[in-house]
Parts: sequence; structure tokens; C-alpha cells
Amino acid sequence: MTDSAHMVLMVATVLFGLGLIGVLTRKNVVFMLISVEIMLNAAGLAFVAAGSKWQQPDGQVMFLFILAMAAAEVSVGLALVLQIYHQHKTMDVEDLKELRD
Amino acid sequence: MNQLLAYIPAFPLIGFLILSLFGRKLPKPVIATIGAGTVCIAAIITIVLGVSFLQTPPAGGAFHQLLWSWFKVGKLSIDISLQVDALTLVFIFIITFVGALIHIYSTFFMWHDGDYARFFASMNLFVCAMLLLVMADNLVLLYLGWEGVGLCSYLLIGFWYEVPSNCRAANKAFLITRIGDTALLIGLFLLFRELGTLNIQGILQQAPAHFTTGSANIVLITILLMIGGMGKSAQMPLQTWLPDAMAGPSPVSALIHAATMVTAGVYLIARMHGLFQLSPVTMTIVAIIGACTLLVAGCSALAQTDIKRILAYSTISQIGYMFLALGVGAWSAAIFHFFTHAFFKALLFLAAGVVIEALHHEHNIFMMGGLRKRMPIVFVTFLAGAAALSALPLVSAGFFSKDAILWYSWSAANGNVFLWLMALAGAFITALYSTRLMLVVFWGEPKTPVHEAPAQGMIIPLIVLAFFSVTAGFIEWPHNMMHLTLFSDHVQKVLPETIMKAYLPSEWFFQAIAALVTGAGIYLGYTMYYGKAGVRWQQSPGLASTREFLFSGWKFDQLYNFIFVKPFLFLTRINKSDVIDRMYNGIAQGSLRLSNWFSVSQNGSLRLYIVGVLAGILFIITLQLLL
Repeated sequence: MTDSAHMVLMVATVLFGLGLIGVLTRKNVVFMLISVEIMLNAAGLAFVAAGSKWQQPDGQVMFLFILAMAAAEVSVGLALVLQIYHQHKTMDVEDLKELRD
Repeated sequence: MNQLLAYIPAFPLIGFLILSLFGRKLPKPVIATIGAGTVCIAAIITIVLGVSFLQTPPAGGAFHQLLWSWFKVGKLSIDISLQVDALTLVFIFIITFVGALIHIYSTFFMWHDGDYARFFASMNLFVCAMLLLVMADNLVLLYLGWEGVGLCSYLLIGFWYEVPSNCRAANKAFLITRIGDTALLIGLFLLFRELGTLNIQGILQQAPAHFTTGSANIVLITILLMIGGMGKSAQMPLQTWLPDAMAGPSPVSALIHAATMVTAGVYLIARMHGLFQLSPVTMTIVAIIGACTLLVAGCSALAQTDIKRILAYSTISQIGYMFLALGVGAWSAAIFHFFTHAFFKALLFLAAGVVIEALHHEHNIFMMGGLRKRMPIVFVTFLAGAAALSALPLVSAGFFSKDAILWYSWSAANGNVFLWLMALAGAFITALYSTRLMLVVFWGEPKTPVHEAPAQGMIIPLIVLAFFSVTAGFIEWPHNMMHLTLFSDHVQKVLPETIMKAYLPSEWFFQAIAALVTGAGIYLGYTMYYGKAGVRWQQSPGLASTREFLFSGWKFDQLYNFIFVKPFLFLTRINKSDVIDRMYNGIAQGSLRLSNWFSVSQNGSLRLYIVGVLAGILFIITLQLLL
């Protein structure tokens, strides 16, 4: 039991790292959003693993929260992405620097 | 009688309120009636009050009227409350009576001026403030009047404000008297700290028990009060504003800068005599300042060419006599000189106003000449004034008052031979410049045509004042001539009697010398200025530098310019960029620079932000692990 929890946490860490690398390296906003989703799911996986280890429901409750938050975030994020594309005809974050100081 | 007191300052105040609120809409005859009428009513009430005062002297020697309580702070409680004793009675009589005559004169003098209502509003406010000053029974109310007259003086010197030099003169008068006012205010604070009261009677009663004679406190307080008096009364070294104050209309010079306001300092010292007696040092200083002022101003008057500036310097000089008398402890002699001086100096200024008006605003006496035949009434009245100014024996009011001062400057316990000699020299100079003024203006060849005869209404006040300039002295005779001392009998109920030296030569001897000196002054003036000789002497090149020196009033303005104005301008030049501002500018610039540094991070690169967040997280986790 302990080992599997350990293994799951390792998977979650790797998943989080992949997501992070995705955010850092991708130029396309849509792919960055997807990477953020991966990171959120990694965090959810860690919660679920911890919950199952200590036999607590809190982990799964937390995951449901994250799920709901992720859904809301994606809908807002995609709407923004759509607007950005309408206005700038590009998805490249390197070209979207108009909000700088 | 007590309830009459408040009406005396109230009528001019009502006049001021009406004229300042509705003055623009009123026709000129109405303005003249209100402006002069209110002061005339005040004069009538004063005369009624004075008669009742002399017939049935009130208990305690003073009328009192408590109007209302002004404010109460802690143990300081100030009432609006009036008091009239013999000393105040002399002052309110002069203020209202001479004031009324000058107001009547002004109704004609100012007739063609566009700002008729503003003039009378200011004049009425002045009369009200001056009455408050002398009728106040506590020093705070006195100070209110003191500042009020300063304000009105400022307003009236700058009455013709379109001319920039008039505004400068007004500012100068206000600023220099302000030096004295500040000293006076500090003196009042000290008095309150020491005695816990600012009621005049209270102060005079408590002072002898509280202060030891000549202690540092009382010397400091009296010197501060004296500086206050010096500022208002144009005594050295604060005298420079008065000659410039002649920028105002002639009636203003007559009322404010000759008869009443400039003697406020004399009133203050006389009113606070109990304090000054406790400080012999200050008394000596007052006497020396008076003696120096009368000489310096007298010499300056010798070289002036502007008729009003001659009279201004002569006013400074005559107030110098009053200070001298106060300093040697001849209290009633000082007040008596104030009394006679008010008549003849107001007369001289008003007559000068008529002359200036008739000659197309010509101020230079050397452009006048020959007015004796063409303006006979003005000539006769001016002669009466000049005779009183030069103290012509027995036939002028000035003789009786100035002779008393000369006598006391030697014979009083505080007096000495030097003060007497200085006063005597002053008398000589006074006679000399009075003669010069008379001869140059009224004799000789006419140089400017007379363009209009003065109005009757302007002549009548001149005649009344001339009458008093001759006769006002007869109520107080020197002790050796006649036992008639109406004036000092009453005034000495308020002011202490003069302490005399033990062994004295005969008073006749002094009077003879004084009369001789006056005669010599007149004779010298006659030889120098009669006929064409005067013009020749005026232009002699050898004395040009001396004349220039005296003409500029002993270069006091230049001296102050050098001592105060130049260093001040130097400091302001250094401080042009404002040292204090440097600090605030530094703070602003520092934060701007920091902002520039940090704004580099706000470059809009999303990836960099994420790296930043990551670095932050790693940093926190590392900290967590290490600690």
C-alpha cells in the first residue's frame, strides 16, 4: 500500500514536471493551457494518492474541487484565447507582449 | 454717563459698515453726511462726556462700561469693556474733535475722487479702531485697536493704489510697524505669564508688588512695550516708514500720521507708566531715543523739498519730544505736547493739502512761493500752525507744551544736561525749518499759478484748528508764570507727578534760553531764506553731499537696505532651488529610479513570469527544507 502511494506520487511529480516544461517551452497559448491542465491533474492525482494513503475522503473532495475549478478556468481561458486570436490573428505568446510595462 | 461710552466708537463703526456695504450705490452727499456725520456725533458725545467728567468726576476717576465678555480661556478672561479716565479723555477728545474737523475737510478735499465711499469707510474704521485703542480697559482690546489702526493706515496710505510707489509705501509702513507690533505682542504674553491678567488696572496695581525695581523681567517687558510704541510712533530706528506714508491723501496724513495714530506709542507708554517706573533703564532708553529721534528727524526736515515730507519729519521730531518727556518722567508734559501737537500738526497738514490742491498737485516747496497774497486765509492759518510748531513764546500752544518738556528734560530726576541740550538743539532746528517752510512757500516770487480757490468747507476746519493752535496752550501755564494748570490737574489723577531734582536754577532762566534759541532759529531761517537768498543757499555745491545725506533721512533706508534687504535677497538667491525641496525631490527621484529598475521585469514575456513563479516556489521550498 505504502509503495503504491509512493509510486503514484512519483507519477504525479513526473506529470507535473511534464506540464511545467510544456508551459515553459510551448509558444502556442492553447498548448500552454493544456499543459496547465496537466499540472492541475498532477496535483489532483497527488491529493487522491495522499487521501487513499491515510484513508481520508479529503483527498477526493479536493480533487472534485480542482476538477470544478479546472473546468471554470478552461472555459474562461478558452474564451480569452478566442478573443486574442480574433484581435491579433496569432497564438504565439512571444508576439503578445502588449501588456508589458 | 457710563452707558454713553460705547456710542463713541459705535457711531464711526456704523458709518464704516454702511459705507463699506452700500457705499457704491449711495450718492456723494449722502456718503459725506454719513462719513463726517458719524464722527461729528462721536465728537459731540465726547464733549458731553467730558463736561460731565469735569463737573462731577466719577468715583475712582474713570467711567467704566462692560459691554460683553469677549472670550474666556483658562484663567484668561477678556471683556469688551471700555474705560475713560482723564488720560483717555484727552485722547478721545483729540480723536473725535480733530477727527471730525478733518472729516469735514475731507468731504470737500476728496469730492472729485472716484472712490469717495471707500475713503470715508476707511477713515471711519480708523476712528473706531483708534477709539477702541485708547478706551480699552484691557491690553487685548487695546491690541485689537492697535492692529485696527495699523490696517487702516495701510489702507489709506495705499488709497491711490494705481500708483505703484503708493503701494510700496503702504507695504513699508505696514511691515515696519509690524516689527513693533510683534514686540508688543510678545510683551503682552510675558506680562500675562508674570501677572496672570491683562486688565490695565490689574496690571498697574499688581506690578509694584510682583516685580522688583529693575529686575530682568520688568526691563524685558517694558523694552518690548517700548519697541511696540516705537514702531507705531515712528521713533528711531523704526522711523523710516512715516515720510513715505505721505503718499496717502493729505487728510489721512493729518489724522493718522500726525494727530492720532502715531501717538499711540506715547499713549501706550503713558498708560503703562506703572511698569515703566519700575524699570529706570527703560525710562532712560526712552528718553535717549526721543532725544536722538527729535534731532535726526529735525535735521532731515531741514533738507526736504516736499512740503508733506517736511511735515512728516517734523512729526517724527515732535513725537521724539513726547518720548523724551515720557522718558524723564514728565508724563503730563508728554500728553500735553500730544494735545497741542495734534491741533497744529493737523492744521499744517490740512493747510498743506489746500496748497497742494490749489497748485495742481505740486509738492515741491521751491515750485510754490508768493502764496501770502493769493491765499491769505491759508497763509494766516499756516502761520499759526508754524508758530506753534516752532514754539513761538506766549502766542502759540506749542510754546507751552514744548517749554514744559525742555524744562523737565533738565529738572526732572531722570533728566540731565545732555537731554536738555539735545532738546534745545531740536527747538532751534524746528524754528529754522518752520521759518524756511513759511518763507519759501508764502513769500518770494510766485512760481506756479493758483488754479482754484479752496472750498469754504476746507477753510473752516483750518480756522478752528488755527484758533486752537494759538489758544490750546493757555490751559496749562508754566508754574512760574501763572497758577493755571487745568490740564495737568486732571491728567495727574491718572499719571504720576514728575519727580524733580532737589536744587534747581530758576525756571525763568530756562524759558529765556528756550525763547532765545527759538528766536535765533527764526532769525537764521530769515537770513537764509528771505527773498532770493534762499534759492542761492539751496544750490551751493559745497553742501551738496550733506544736503543729500539729510534729504534721504540720514540714509536710514539705504542702511536697512544694506543690512536687511541685501542679505535677505542673497539668501533667497542661494535658496532659489529650495534646500528643503531637495529632500522631497530626492525621495521622488529615488523611487522613480527603483521603479525603472523593477519595470524591466514587466516585459510581457509570459514564460519569464512563469520562471519567476517557479523560482519563487523553489526558493520557498528550499527554505522549508533547510530550516
